[in-house]
Amino acid sequence: MTTEPNTQTRPQKVQSDSACATCPMHNAGILLKLGVDMTDWDYVIALAGNPNTGKSTVFNALTGLRQHTGNWPGKTVTRAEGGYSYGDARYKMVDLPGTYSLLSTSLDEEVARDFILFAQPDVTIIVVDATRLERNLNLALQVLEITDRAVLCLNLMDEAKRHGLVLDDRRLARDLGIPVVPCSARSGEGIPELLQAVHDVATGKTICKPYRLKNESPAIRRALNVLVPKIKAAFPDMPNPQWVALRLLDGDQRIAEAVRLGELGDLNQQSSLVAEPSFQIPLEVV
Amino acid sequence: MAAMSIEERDILQTAQDLRWEVGQDFHEQLMENIYAEAAQLADRAVTWPDEKPRFDLDRTIDRLVTSRLWGFPLMILLFTFVFWLTITGANFPSQFLATILLDTIYPLLLQGAEAIGMPWWLSGILIDGIYLATAWVVSVMLPPMAIFFPLFTLLEDFGYLPRMAFNLDNIFHKAGTHGKQSLSMMMGFGCNAAGVISTRIIDSPRERLVAIITNNFALCNGRWPTQILVATLFIGALVPPYMAGLVSALAVVGIAMLGVLLTFVISFGLTRSVLQGEVSTFSLELPPYRPPRFWQTIYTSLIDRTFPVLWRAILFAIPAGAVIWLVANITIGGTSIAEYLIDFLNPLGILIGLNGIILLAYVVAIPANEIVIPTILMFTVLVLGVNGGDGAGVMFELNSALQTKALLVAGGWTLLTAINLMLFSLIHNPCSTTIYTIYKETGSKRWTTLSALLPLALGFIVTFVVAQVWRLFFGAG
Repeated sequence: MTTEPNTQTRPQKVQSDSACATCPMHNAGILLKLGVDMTDWDYVIALAGNPNTGKSTVFNALTGLRQHTGNWPGKTVTRAEGGYSYGDARYKMVDLPGTYSLLSTSLDEEVARDFILFAQPDVTIIVVDATRLERNLNLALQVLEITDRAVLCLNLMDEAKRHGLVLDDRRLARDLGIPVVPCSARSGEGIPELLQAVHDVATGKTICKPYRLKNESPAIRRALNVLVPKIKAAFPDMPNPQWVALRLLDGDQRIAEAVRLGELGDLNQQSSLVAEPSFQIPLEVV
Repeated sequence: MAAMSIEERDILQTAQDLRWEVGQDFHEQLMENIYAEAAQLADRAVTWPDEKPRFDLDRTIDRLVTSRLWGFPLMILLFTFVFWLTITGANFPSQFLATILLDTIYPLLLQGAEAIGMPWWLSGILIDGIYLATAWVVSVMLPPMAIFFPLFTLLEDFGYLPRMAFNLDNIFHKAGTHGKQSLSMMMGFGCNAAGVISTRIIDSPRERLVAIITNNFALCNGRWPTQILVATLFIGALVPPYMAGLVSALAVVGIAMLGVLLTFVISFGLTRSVLQGEVSTFSLELPPYRPPRFWQTIYTSLIDRTFPVLWRAILFAIPAGAVIWLVANITIGGTSIAEYLIDFLNPLGILIGLNGIILLAYVVAIPANEIVIPTILMFTVLVLGVNGGDGAGVMFELNSALQTKALLVAGGWTLLTAINLMLFSLIHNPCSTTIYTIYKETGSKRWTTLSALLPLALGFIVTFVVAQVWRLFFGAG
């Protein structure tokens, strides 16, 4: 691929608090609350992945920002935001907290989950560690349950090579039903290809057919067979009825609340449930 | 609540009924399911090398740095080395900066002000107050921070911090708290406000509160320079010069370790009293060791840590400098406000082995711990009336560590004062940014107040006890 990204640096946005933000009538909506000013951007890209897979490195590589990247899990617990433009389009990039799953209740997982679910980014880049593919795919599968539009960034390919691993990215792409791009973000290898893949998904040139969980136990399958059609009937536009059903079966109160308020089918993305990180990187605030 | 349609009610009711059918272990079933499918997909995509390498360097290093026997000694050794490098390395640039900022520029500014006929009070506030406080902050803080933060960041990038967390995890568990607290504590060593935010990785609100309240015991950016400077001046001076750097470094490590110990003790106390409950388990992934990219790490840590911290210190030093000059120069009945305050705080200060100036400095420095030392020095000069020429409120030229120490000794400082200042710097209320962050994270005035007052009370108790014991053994000190 020869396209050279036109990378621009933008200052990180620092959220301000106002009394209005806490008011339930604050229906300027989720966009403002999330600090995602979509009017200025053509596409919003979320960056998800396990901790310590180099998400922040990918973030920096794409945005030109220099957020410090640590070699330990849990470095990023809030969202960091930046932007870049590629081709004719301007992208807003949101670096989500690294998590192992989207199914538990800790705040970092909620921040990541809620963003993908409610803010509905145009593309979600799932960054995985190529040397720990099996464990990393757990999260990837969960993300694919929620969203249709994703690109898998097979990061740390340099380390995988060092360990003698051979990865069949084409096969993985076929299996997962989304573009898979091998990268070594630290040295910038694979970044142009990643940008192109994101661009193609964002513009609809690439249509994803994401892998959805299929081998559930008979009990779960039976329950899903009852519940999913009902959800589809009530919310015809919902991209992820099976996932919502799974969450309801798991007794997820927040999702139940969202169903109750009729927020999940609403593509205008209005929610009072989004966990808003109360502030971003503290040193930036000062 | 918004009106719910029949369909939505039906969905929720059906889900509720089905939950009985799918069984209690639904969550585990689902997780197993996801794991199995992930494993299958991964298996199809990955070809493993035929032969495992015989020697796995990562594994070998891990076995050493996380071993029961060697883990802790290695940790202490590593940090001593880092501080030794910092202390030894900071000497020269500190002196250099002081020479330029205080010996050269300061007199020039004074001459300039005189030449244009600036009123004495204006040049007092601007030059003797604001400029000197800022110059002090820069020359005291910049060199150690420019060395320490990159070193710390290199350790972090290499992958050492999770190993340290792994070593500490066991003790946290015994203290009845979440093992992830070791990670938020590591973050606190950089900045407590960041540490408090990082407790979001802890699921249980109870364990998260413990982590938030105790995060203050992780020495932060703003307090490392105080520790390093005082240790260099007073502790290092106890031994022959060739050992001074090492001994000062050990003293700083000792204080940091005391902070870790206090974290355990206070966590233990909290989980046995106001925050009782079950301990959660978690798995900590030890990341692979990655050779840090040296120059980039140095660059980013300077940009991300050193300069923001320095900038913050300067921002707070500017008004503080003006306030210090004003309280030192506004007199009521012939005595300056500063002297009233210091006299008022002195009895309490002396009682806990410190003095009124130090306590006043801590009040002034609530917004930022970074300016404690410069404030102490300025007040010491004021009260003693020691001057480089122009009367009260003017700092004289402290262009070497020796002169700084001479000034402090003249201000009544002893070894006890130095030790207790190091202790008090570790154990006192968090800075206002951190307190605000705690409030934002907990949403509770009660827990915020506890987080602020508990360490402060503890600080008074510890320094009081140390002072009494010290005086018992060494006489009045």
